[in-house]
Amino acid sequence: MSHPVEQHPVTKTVERVDAREKARGETRYLADIPFPGRLFARVVRARIVRGEVVARNTPSLPEGYILVTADDIPAGGKNCVRMIEDDWPVFSEGTVRYYGEPLALLVGPDRATLAHLTEQCERAVEFRQQEAALTIEDALLCRGGAIHGTDNVYCDYQVVKGDPDGAMAGAARTIEGEYRTGFQEHVYIEPQSLVGTREEGRVTIYISTQCPFYVRKAVATALGLPQEEVVIIQTPTGGGFGGKEHYPDVLATTVAVALTRIDGPIELILDRMEDLEVTSKRHPSRVRYKAGLDEAGRISAFDVDIAFDGGAYESSSRVVLQRGMFSSNSVYEFPHVRVRGRAVATNSAPSDAFRGFGAPQGLFAAEMFLSRLAREIGVDDLDLRKDYLLQQGSTTMTGGRIHEEVKLPEMLEHVLRVSDYRRKREAYAAAARDNGANGTDGAASAKPLGGIGLALFKHGSAFTGSGEQEIIKARVRIRKRADGRPELLVSNVEIGQGVLTTFCKIVAQVLEIPYTDVVYDDHNTSHVPDSGPTCASRSVAVVGYLLQEAAKKLKGRLHEPGEFEVEQVYKHPEHLRWDAGTLSGDAYPSYSWGVNCIEVAVDPLTWEVDVRGVWTAYELGRAIDEEIVRGQIIGGAIQALGYAGLEKMENPEGRFLQRTMADYCIPTSLDYPGVDYALFDNPYPWGPFGAKGGGEVVFDGIGPAYAAAVQQAIGREVTRLPVTPEYISELVHEK
Amino acid sequence: MKNEIRFSLNGKEETLPGDPRRRLIDVLREDFGLTSIKEGCGEGECGACSILVDGRVIDSCILPAGAVEDRTVETLESIRETERGEKIVQALTRGGGVQCGFCIPGMAVSIESLLRTNPRPDEHAIREGISGNLCRCTGYQQIVEGVAAIEHVEGDNS
Repeated sequence: MSHPVEQHPVTKTVERVDAREKARGETRYLADIPFPGRLFARVVRARIVRGEVVARNTPSLPEGYILVTADDIPAGGKNCVRMIEDDWPVFSEGTVRYYGEPLALLVGPDRATLAHLTEQCERAVEFRQQEAALTIEDALLCRGGAIHGTDNVYCDYQVVKGDPDGAMAGAARTIEGEYRTGFQEHVYIEPQSLVGTREEGRVTIYISTQCPFYVRKAVATALGLPQEEVVIIQTPTGGGFGGKEHYPDVLATTVAVALTRIDGPIELILDRMEDLEVTSKRHPSRVRYKAGLDEAGRISAFDVDIAFDGGAYESSSRVVLQRGMFSSNSVYEFPHVRVRGRAVATNSAPSDAFRGFGAPQGLFAAEMFLSRLAREIGVDDLDLRKDYLLQQGSTTMTGGRIHEEVKLPEMLEHVLRVSDYRRKREAYAAAARDNGANGTDGAASAKPLGGIGLALFKHGSAFTGSGEQEIIKARVRIRKRADGRPELLVSNVEIGQGVLTTFCKIVAQVLEIPYTDVVYDDHNTSHVPDSGPTCASRSVAVVGYLLQEAAKKLKGRLHEPGEFEVEQVYKHPEHLRWDAGTLSGDAYPSYSWGVNCIEVAVDPLTWEVDVRGVWTAYELGRAIDEEIVRGQIIGGAIQALGYAGLEKMENPEGRFLQRTMADYCIPTSLDYPGVDYALFDNPYPWGPFGAKGGGEVVFDGIGPAYAAAVQQAIGREVTRLPVTPEYISELVHEK
Repeated sequence: MKNEIRFSLNGKEETLPGDPRRRLIDVLREDFGLTSIKEGCGEGECGACSILVDGRVIDSCILPAGAVEDRTVETLESIRETERGEKIVQALTRGGGVQCGFCIPGMAVSIESLLRTNPRPDEHAIREGISGNLCRCTGYQQIVEGVAAIEHVEGDNS
């Protein structure tokens, strides 16, 4: 690790406010909280991939058990899980779009009986099955008929910069490439969990979630209630990574409908197999590139066609897709660009948010295509990248400006130095040339094949475009309590990322008090204002800044008698422009930047990849707490290494083949080495103490760096994630 | 007449309540209120439900409760009250090893087991010692560093 710049006091590490209680096993997650008289619930699911219910044949239920269906949705309510569109039903009314789609909810007092009854109910349903569409190609061909609309396209966007048609038509040469990525499952270690009940007559949901106000909106819509009449209380959340951004809404609405028939409390906790099978995953992607080169060999036109597999319902696919599109030029500036993006409907479980939110797919494709361009043009990989690097004042692909100083060149130099990249790259290339006579079929030598790869990338903090201003309109309050302590009233929640500590530190730093004097423990939607969801690398960058500004209003007033509150409302920085119709302007208020380098050794017999080193450098504005940021960097890298090489989820016939945690392997402590890191300070004027987002950029670059390293090791072009031994074997044996 | 099934739990002699075929995790969490034990997968893969049975790390989600007859069961609830347990808690707390925290109690139990047999483990031994505990947040490194910095605790290694 290294600190190229002296630290600001706020960066100095403190003990996390929630760590000791968690380490002693005293923190009460949803399943640990006693709810006297608690009933249990299980979702009755369709055990087909696609079709129509012909007959339900519900068996008679023993006393004390009830079956809740779409018929129980009250007048004024709506059978939908409100996200962006209202297409995802709480309960299927007959149409089944994916394996495991909810048909009903069974509620009763005994878990074993419930499991047995659920199976009985599921077996009794008769279906008329239909041919399923399971890939992007299937979707675009409308295999089995359209699932969504008439063409299976949820959204079809285009971004144009300059004159891509003219530039492409005038190109002396064109080069193309196609890249694909697969599903990824979040595997938060705490499964999806909630308890629904009535307290003082109001529907009240205790839930493991990233976004309490999303749950409130969805429950209120399903029941036809004013939002204020629904109470959501976030419980300590055992990991999210995007998987508890929208999916909790899907479960909470089923329990909420049950609460129209009985008062509860009703507990719904998914078991792991169910969680793996039906919850949202990262969008699979297909990205096609075409670059036009002018006579001098410079890239004049850049044409990108992106398709994301959105699964059976839209959820937040359009926004994920937009981020994928805006990442498709990575950190490079080209004069003439067209990016088309489509999110398509398939008969897979709906895809949704996952750390990176579309960027990992776009950046993987972009970085791999840049490598191909360098090879085809015959220039050095790094030299090509340096030629097109964004810098302060550059025009982005959406016609926005890079407002901040771009520190990528010095970050890159740092990573090159600590990884010894240039020497190793050359040595591995020389070794490959020596092996050249034997090819890389592996039979000739049992010596591991070495490779080293790099990726450059950025991640926009906060909601896309003017989303912070027009959709979220975040509002925070700080209460000066009678005991003199400041209490934070915000809707952002702890999911492991450290926000309980970072927010307290920000406010304490302004007020010049110990961070342990700040209170931040109320996660009830009827007590706190809506400061937006916990996602999009926005908590520190956006809400943290509002807290800093609110705290300034409180400064010098902590000794005043009684209780009072100060408030701060989001205001979009004036220098930012965005046109949501044409997707043009500043796509994000700010960017965090990264450089990753990975060194691998590939076994020439088994094609297993051994990661020998991971070097990273980030510019996140300024770290609010170095150890917390470091935890994000290491954790993000290891999770992304899983995505890059290990984690495969397939559904060739509609049902996922990976059904347990033994089938779907996530990294263990033995799989990867430590992660080297460096932070580059570059305070951002609209972030708290200069901080920008850091939760997602730490995931984004690992995939392409890993693929680039494997690519060098095996001497074959890698165009897909995950890079499994099976895939490497396929590449190597391809003639 | 059925004999009672007796076992030692966190230093106390106990009688197993209910059906001995129930999962041990359910008995310990529901009947004894030992909620440091977490259920992450229910299939013996993730290690969040780790406990010690006769000093060995066991996933309590795949063990029938009756299997602990005449055995010694220890959970984090007793481990955390010992000197070494406190050092483990501090190692996790101070080094950035805790994020969402759901895997952490199981992790702490595995670390306790490791330190009993190997009071000064190197990095590889620590990584091996916690390899049955899946963590999706931290990437393990800060946990490993924290454990490596624990000073050896003299005394009972039974």
